[in-house]
Amino acid sequence: MTLATYFDYFILPILTISVILVFIRLVKGPKVVDRVIALDLIITIGIGIITIFTIRSNQKVLLDVAIILALIAFLSTVAFSFYIEKREDD
Amino acid sequence: MIDILIAILSTIGALAIFFASLGILRMPDFYLRLSVTVKAATMGVGLLLLCAAILFPDISVSTKAIAIIFFLIITSPIAAHMIGRAAYLTGTPLWKGTIIDELAGQYDKETGLLKNEKPSEQKTDSEQPQGQIAESEEETK
Repeated sequence: MTLATYFDYFILPILTISVILVFIRLVKGPKVVDRVIALDLIITIGIGIITIFTIRSNQKVLLDVAIILALIAFLSTVAFSFYIEKREDD
Repeated sequence: MIDILIAILSTIGALAIFFASLGILRMPDFYLRLSVTVKAATMGVGLLLLCAAILFPDISVSTKAIAIIFFLIITSPIAAHMIGRAAYLTGTPLWKGTIIDELAGQYDKETGLLKNEKPSEQKTDSEQPQGQIAESEEETK
């Protein structure tokens, strides 16, 4: 078994199942803060998927997208928590 | 040799991410979900990025991957702290089986400031603030 088939048939399916499980929590989360951390986790797993895809397709340009996504995930979580704290009613 | 190292690192990383997503689905409480998510997902993505840094012979790819790992390790605790503080201040209930809520009565809900002294020292046990521990399982589900 080569490394390419291992990535294709083991690592990527595990990451895909993880995104589906987090998406269930994103739909069902009882409060808005649950949805915020679910969104954050989806973006973080997306960075991992982009990394594996970079390795498999040998396109190193795609890692730039991962940098931007990491930045956006942090900024969105901080902005969400800032405005949730400022909001008057729940 | 390199292939075996890459396989081991990526397996641990993918399993860490899988356990993080399982935890965010199954944990009974927002705070437990937060505690599972941040550490395990950061470690998993960091290991996957380390695979890319080892596997590519180019120095620019390794620099970018290590920069992403560094950025994730710095920023994810800050984001988790801010969202946890916002959740506590807006009154998200704790799990029913929580033994102690040490912040109970110490936050001023109007201004969001933390008081220094414990308010329970002057009061008797029956007057201690209850905190935000939920009444039933369904409340935090």
